[in-house]
Amino acid sequence: MGNLFKIAIRNLLRYKRRTLLTASLVTIGVVFVLLFISISGSFKNMMVGQMTDSMLGHLEVHRKGYLASIDNLPLNLNLKIQAYQKLEGILKQEPEVEAFSPRIKFGGMFSTFVETTNIRLNGVYPDQEFKTVPLLPSRVINGGGKSLEKGEIWIPELMSKSMKVNLGDTVVIIATNKDGSVNGKQFKVAGVLESITGPGGRDGYIHLEDAMEVLRMEEMEVSEVAIRLKDFGQLHAFSSKLEGLLSGEVNKQGKPIYEVHTWEKLSPFYNIARMIDLMAFFIKLMLIAVVLVSIMNVMIMAVYERIREIGTIAAIGTLPGKILSMFVLEGLFLGTMGALAGDLIGLIIILILNRVGITFDFGRETGLVLSATIAPSDVLMISAIVIFISVVASLQPAFKASRMEPIKALRHV
Amino acid sequence: MGLIVAENITKVYSVVATKVSKNYMAGEIAIRALNEVSFEIDPASFVSFVGPSGSGKTTLLNLIGCLDKPTEGKLMVADTDVLHLDRKQSASFRGNNIGFIFQDFNLIPVLTVYENIEYPLLMVQNVPGDERKKRILTLLDAVGMIEQKDKYPDQISGGQKQRVAIARALVTNPKLVLADEPTANLDHKTAFLVLESMKKMRNEFQTTFIFSTHDQKIVGEAEIVYTLEDGELTGKQVKGGKKNG
Repeated sequence: MGNLFKIAIRNLLRYKRRTLLTASLVTIGVVFVLLFISISGSFKNMMVGQMTDSMLGHLEVHRKGYLASIDNLPLNLNLKIQAYQKLEGILKQEPEVEAFSPRIKFGGMFSTFVETTNIRLNGVYPDQEFKTVPLLPSRVINGGGKSLEKGEIWIPELMSKSMKVNLGDTVVIIATNKDGSVNGKQFKVAGVLESITGPGGRDGYIHLEDAMEVLRMEEMEVSEVAIRLKDFGQLHAFSSKLEGLLSGEVNKQGKPIYEVHTWEKLSPFYNIARMIDLMAFFIKLMLIAVVLVSIMNVMIMAVYERIREIGTIAAIGTLPGKILSMFVLEGLFLGTMGALAGDLIGLIIILILNRVGITFDFGRETGLVLSATIAPSDVLMISAIVIFISVVASLQPAFKASRMEPIKALRHV
Repeated sequence: MGLIVAENITKVYSVVATKVSKNYMAGEIAIRALNEVSFEIDPASFVSFVGPSGSGKTTLLNLIGCLDKPTEGKLMVADTDVLHLDRKQSASFRGNNIGFIFQDFNLIPVLTVYENIEYPLLMVQNVPGDERKKRILTLLDAVGMIEQKDKYPDQISGGQKQRVAIARALVTNPKLVLADEPTANLDHKTAFLVLESMKKMRNEFQTTFIFSTHDQKIVGEAEIVYTLEDGELTGKQVKGGKKNG
């Protein structure tokens, strides 16, 4: 085998320029794929992080049927106290759960005593909410952002600007409860929230007990429970597990009480994330095509140029399998060289990009710094694809070489 | 070795050809390259097939070397009926029994002189390292190429290349060595030196040498000369002037 390696490497070095050009083509392909995956992947991860860590949480539990009517924020589809306590008991026992936060979501009127407009509000327990969506306090662009006391409200930035409401101003929230009773309560503006794209990105926040008071709830009800996991990678596994744990909980009609949704079902950004994945897939396909064509081309040339040599080694008794291996190894080395060089150059460029710092805008957010990262598994997978395709591309020419009749090969001019 | 049993006498041959014919198709035209050729070659003999271009010398050597198969007749090489060998068996048979010397030397350009000679031992016979080295150095010394062992084929002369090819052909201890026009690309002086090397090797290793040539000046170096014309064996000359036709 060692001799096969030696001959393969020397044959590659025999046509240095051609080998270099082919390997460079593979290298360039690998570099571009790594850069695309790292940048698009980082963009995707950052956006997913924005969604999950500042609004949605990793997954949410609602009462069955709530999500279908979520645009109306239906109060009659809230989870009752018993249902919430049951869920709370389960979540406290699950080791995968880092934090969870009950929310009362409702729509109401926002009045400055001069002007009135609509507002969507989240009633939350601030401590639990901040643990579940840790980026929420950082969205407070005007105000403390450290706490949300009872009697205080965080309002969206657009509302603050359009209604000319400033920190410390007193406003009134008026809402209708599920029985049709109207109630109002005064709040002090304690924070202005940066708006972000996505569901809930322009909602206001108040304390959960204030929400109960506005809605005249005698006992606690929640619209949803947002959950944060210790490991985001466990999202789907835990979602299935939780569905299993909750599937036994049924109402008097024998229908399930709860429904579990990952962030993907709650945010339209998931489709963009899928598009990014799809684009990455097509970029990988292009890389495969580049590697396949370039390696196959060079190997066909190599076989054609060495027909007499193939005849000679076949005549002196080299078995067809060894001739095949000899050419496949050349393809393997070409692919490996290209992949390794591509990995190295790609990683260096990623490092440089991170040092320089690429900024981009997303929705109304500007100047987001992109941190291009790539998982070692992605680097290994790209390299493995390139090497595998190089071997596949070499097979046809190698097979042709191994099946060559020595007598015909020796006559070749 | 091929066996012929007659009147209770068993004779051993390197090659026994019995009414061997070979037809080719050149486009739509059938060409009979060899026509019922029969002969026997003794072990350790130094045999030449002579004849003009197109007489069938190369075709015959290709058949003996298991690079091609006869259309008709029987051909025993080193005691084996080569007609029934499949592709893999043919390759294995060649690797273990036959050495080849080509007109254009056909050394592997990416391997040094030493590595070219080592190639069949490594890739065909899997000979262990010490034994390999011993055999290569012995042959390099015998063909006078020990000083050039680390040079690549493009760094040595044509005569030197052919001597390397002789060493490569002999390193596997083959029963016979086939050389198709081994001196065609060499000047006369070098050609005789190469033939001398081949003879020396024959004497030292008792290997049968069969070569083809149409160069009458070097025919005299052969001990037995078969003449081919239009695919038929027209004469056999044994050293000393005896001629059978």
